[in-house]
Amino acid sequence: MLVSLNWLKNYVDIDQLSPEELAERITKSGIEVEGIERFGSTATNVVVGYVESCERHPNADKLNLCLVNVGDETLQIICGAPNIAQGQKVAAAKPGAVLPGNVKIKKAKLRGVESFGMICSLQELGVEEKFIPKEFTSGIFVFPEDVEIGSDVTKLLNLDDIIIELGLTPNRSDALSMLGVAYEVAAILDVPIRLPQSSVRIVEEKAEEHIRVNVEAPDVNPYYGAFIIKNIVVGPSPLWMRNYLMAAGIRPINNVVDITNYVLLEYGQPLHAFDFDKFGSNEVVVRKASNDERMVTLDDQDRTLTEDHLVITNGKEPVALAGVMGGANSEVSDSTTTVLLEAAYFDGQSVRRASKDFDLRSESSNRFEKGVDPNRVRKAGERACQLFAEYASGSVLDGVVEFDQLDYDEKTVTIWTSKINERLGTNISNEEIADILRKLHFNYDQDGETFTVYAPTRRQDITIFEDMVEEVARIYGYDNLPFTLPQGGSQAGGLTKNQALKRQVKQFLEGVGLSETVTYSLTTTSRAEELVSPEVKDGLVSTVSLAMPMSEEHSTLRVSILPEMLASASYNLARKQANIAYYELGSVFVSKEKKITEQPEEKLRLAGVLTGEWVTHPWQQEKKPVDFFVTKGILEGLFDLLNVAVTYKQAKIEGMHPGRTAQIFMGDRAIGFVGQLHPLMQKAYDLKETYVFDIDFDYVLEIHENEPSFAVIPRFPSVTRDIALVVDEKIAAGDIQEAIAHAGGALVKDIQVFDVYQGEHLEAGKKSIAFSLFYQDPERTLTDDEVEASYQAILDEVTKKFGAELRGQ
Amino acid sequence: MKEQLQALEQEALSKVEEASTIKELQDVRVAYLGKKGPITEVLRGMGKLSPEERPIIGELANTVRANIANAMEEKKDAMERAELEKQLAEEQIDVTLPGRPVAVGGPHLLTSIVEEIEDLFIGLGFEVREGPEVETDYYNFEALNLPKGHPARDMQDSFYITEDLLMRTHTSPVQARTMNAIQGARPVKMICPGKVYRRDTDDATHSHQFTQIEGLYVDKNVRMSDLKGVLDRFAKHMFGEDREIRLRPSFFPFTEPSVEMDISCKVCNGEGCSVCKKTGWIEILGAGMVHPRVLEMAGYDPNEYSGFAFGMGPERIAMLKYGVDDIRHFYTNDVRFLKQYHQA
Repeated sequence: MLVSLNWLKNYVDIDQLSPEELAERITKSGIEVEGIERFGSTATNVVVGYVESCERHPNADKLNLCLVNVGDETLQIICGAPNIAQGQKVAAAKPGAVLPGNVKIKKAKLRGVESFGMICSLQELGVEEKFIPKEFTSGIFVFPEDVEIGSDVTKLLNLDDIIIELGLTPNRSDALSMLGVAYEVAAILDVPIRLPQSSVRIVEEKAEEHIRVNVEAPDVNPYYGAFIIKNIVVGPSPLWMRNYLMAAGIRPINNVVDITNYVLLEYGQPLHAFDFDKFGSNEVVVRKASNDERMVTLDDQDRTLTEDHLVITNGKEPVALAGVMGGANSEVSDSTTTVLLEAAYFDGQSVRRASKDFDLRSESSNRFEKGVDPNRVRKAGERACQLFAEYASGSVLDGVVEFDQLDYDEKTVTIWTSKINERLGTNISNEEIADILRKLHFNYDQDGETFTVYAPTRRQDITIFEDMVEEVARIYGYDNLPFTLPQGGSQAGGLTKNQALKRQVKQFLEGVGLSETVTYSLTTTSRAEELVSPEVKDGLVSTVSLAMPMSEEHSTLRVSILPEMLASASYNLARKQANIAYYELGSVFVSKEKKITEQPEEKLRLAGVLTGEWVTHPWQQEKKPVDFFVTKGILEGLFDLLNVAVTYKQAKIEGMHPGRTAQIFMGDRAIGFVGQLHPLMQKAYDLKETYVFDIDFDYVLEIHENEPSFAVIPRFPSVTRDIALVVDEKIAAGDIQEAIAHAGGALVKDIQVFDVYQGEHLEAGKKSIAFSLFYQDPERTLTDDEVEASYQAILDEVTKKFGAELRGQ
Repeated sequence: MKEQLQALEQEALSKVEEASTIKELQDVRVAYLGKKGPITEVLRGMGKLSPEERPIIGELANTVRANIANAMEEKKDAMERAELEKQLAEEQIDVTLPGRPVAVGGPHLLTSIVEEIEDLFIGLGFEVREGPEVETDYYNFEALNLPKGHPARDMQDSFYITEDLLMRTHTSPVQARTMNAIQGARPVKMICPGKVYRRDTDDATHSHQFTQIEGLYVDKNVRMSDLKGVLDRFAKHMFGEDREIRLRPSFFPFTEPSVEMDISCKVCNGEGCSVCKKTGWIEILGAGMVHPRVLEMAGYDPNEYSGFAFGMGPERIAMLKYGVDDIRHFYTNDVRFLKQYHQA
């Protein structure tokens, strides 16, 4: 809402404050002032001049030589505006004038002829073109005839006005009117308010002889008032009105339209003027449209309606989309002489529906949507009638033809001083409460500390006790509230075990060199299906897509975090950042339904992406690219930290390198995978060799036992035996290790691979793999025999199971 | 004999002096202090001495031996030290050469901000709650006093999935869920950080996905001054002890009264500058007293319980605190951006 301070001064005295101080006060007590701007810019030495003569410049086709009477003298001024003419009153900048932008006007010679000043357009006086009446946008501004020659244009054109822009929250629709703003300012500054007095001159002829009103949808149109104004002469509206409209951001059109807009801004009540001669009947019928009914609106759009839309009709066809826009068939034009003026109350939701369906947001629809003041509907119509009589030579017919089922009652809200103080933590007195209510112009009855407040209908937002707490608090001043801390019983705050564990895992990953990413959850439809871990894919019936995405890029919820992480890695690679080590802990979305009706399952996944070099230490010629084992090593460290046992099994997963991918298991349960991206996938993302992992973190949290039980620190020495086996190259180390653990017995505490060899001295297709076996008994010192027996059992088992031979035998 | 011993001592000490290797020193030891050495030889002739002279010469002989042994020990130490120094000199490296790099990762800036805020509120007795990112219309709107058709729904245009499911537009549904689960049985003191989604075109100041932290405290006798006190603690913790806060009336359907909190601009200290758009204040978060309808719907009797709630955007806080100039930086994951804030 743009508020002209010059306009506002008609209702409240604000001169004691600077615009900045006023804005600060308004912001602090209720409505955020989002900007303070000058309407025009002050111009000095620009006065109203009368064009006594206007002739073609002798040496230039497009210039005119004018004699302009500026009051105390007559100046010869050359003007290039196409609309300049003899007999006009114009804005004449005299030599020595300073125009906005610090343009200094001097005596000049144009094509051999002297010019003493300049005739100005509104743009040249600092007014934004979009607010200027169309007839003056490409030429000079022409004043009405009644302005005095020689008077200062700054005042006449309201150029010194200050406009404050209010950012209104949906509850404060009362401030969508100058009167609403005036009430607000009056309350804040504690100054009196002057309301406009409308006294309509009416003629004897009765409006009801010309029009009937029939509302068929009273639930969404509880009030419809029709006024008839005859003998209208359409022309420009008075200069002051045009000034105020422009200041409020509305372009003046003609007196009829301007008056309805002016009252809309003053009262916050939208009005609509029909050309009664084109109306087509003597009956207003308000009804729901029928499906596929059509009408052409003022903007010449042919609209197809549904039964959700409320229309004003002449009994036969729609003449307006209620509260949103009028119809082209009954539009006011220059030849209009009789106006049917509508002042109505339309239900907000109904208007909202129509304005949304047709994407038509107007000053009118905005106000209806948020709710207008029932007590101002008829008043606004009367105010417009008064202005039609005054400024459009209209004859207002007697009476308003109404349909009226409107609820005019004020809401009653009871407040208690003690309860207000309890809620605010303050110590406000009964007298202060009473004073605040007086400032707000709220009527009330007081009984000790109990106040029965009658909330005025312009404040539709006030319905309950808490609303009044806010009114009291904001006028009392939030700055005056004390600072306290909650008194309630102390409660130990803290992270849950899982939340703490999440932090610990993140710290671990960061400690080993991974940077956390946050990527978008909404991705493309195709990416959403990529690199989905097998155990997630098993439970996935469909991906979850937005009903109306803004772009394909963010249309579907991710089922894996990896694709968007890869896109981020690719973004970096394109910017010469080749070494990437990312992790992200976040949700993926899996629906078990074909057609989604319930919330999808949100699974917490831990994903990682690594590419480029892991270690680079050039002067020591050390360079280690990321590989499978770097990536797996990170996971092993992580599972060690979490104290959970996992196994890795060679696996084929779509999008992954078929020979360099392992699926990860906890017991029999698949919990994710680690491996190299398939080269084609790498290519698709413009990546080089890239390794990824993706882990079911919900399950990790579920099975993790955060409090390890104490294990005795062994007091007896351990024994280490090495075993080097030659096996077929296809046999997995993990399988051998598993067999060793199984055969070795309880004394084998740890098994580690310390060498893998293939090549010279070994048969083709064979590899040698060596393990260190750690034996220990917590209770006693081991004997050689025990260790030997276990060693033999292991050897027997691997020979039997894998055809393994001891190396070097 | 006395002279003989003294002469031997002198001779031995000068040999010790002359020795230049451990080996030569070893030879001197064998030559003078060995069982076949001259001093032993001299002592063997002690039998010829008078009983009075014997102890004197004996003592002298011991002193001579000790002196030689000491001299040798010292010389040996010195030689070893010299040897070590020589070795150390050879071992010198260029300490200005770069070390072997260790991979350094770190948290995302948003995580750092969120955890800092979590820790502050945990210290004030709050617990941390989480909830689903795909929400029902009921929890996202209706339970928060935003019935269907409410004009305030426009304030946060949403990504719907079905008529009833949408990407949550704020983390407030977690409050409703938490209260609903407790059903008025006890006070609630919680914060809920998380991802939220709104129908915005991504640009420098808008993002269709962003982060939000909501806080809620419901108990008997919660006052608005408590909200002011807690927010003041928060502002001073995040932005510095010398920051002031102010509350301005605002509107949220789920709180009444509703306020917005500003902090005094730290660039100009409230004087007014381009950062604070000449107002001296910077908007940080929205807050208010929980609307009685919201309490009621979640099973809390508004006549018995009151509460406050607040909601803030970690992106905005990070942008203000660290001068990040474009919200898209948080989601691009440019490593040059991520690494800047690993210590944050």
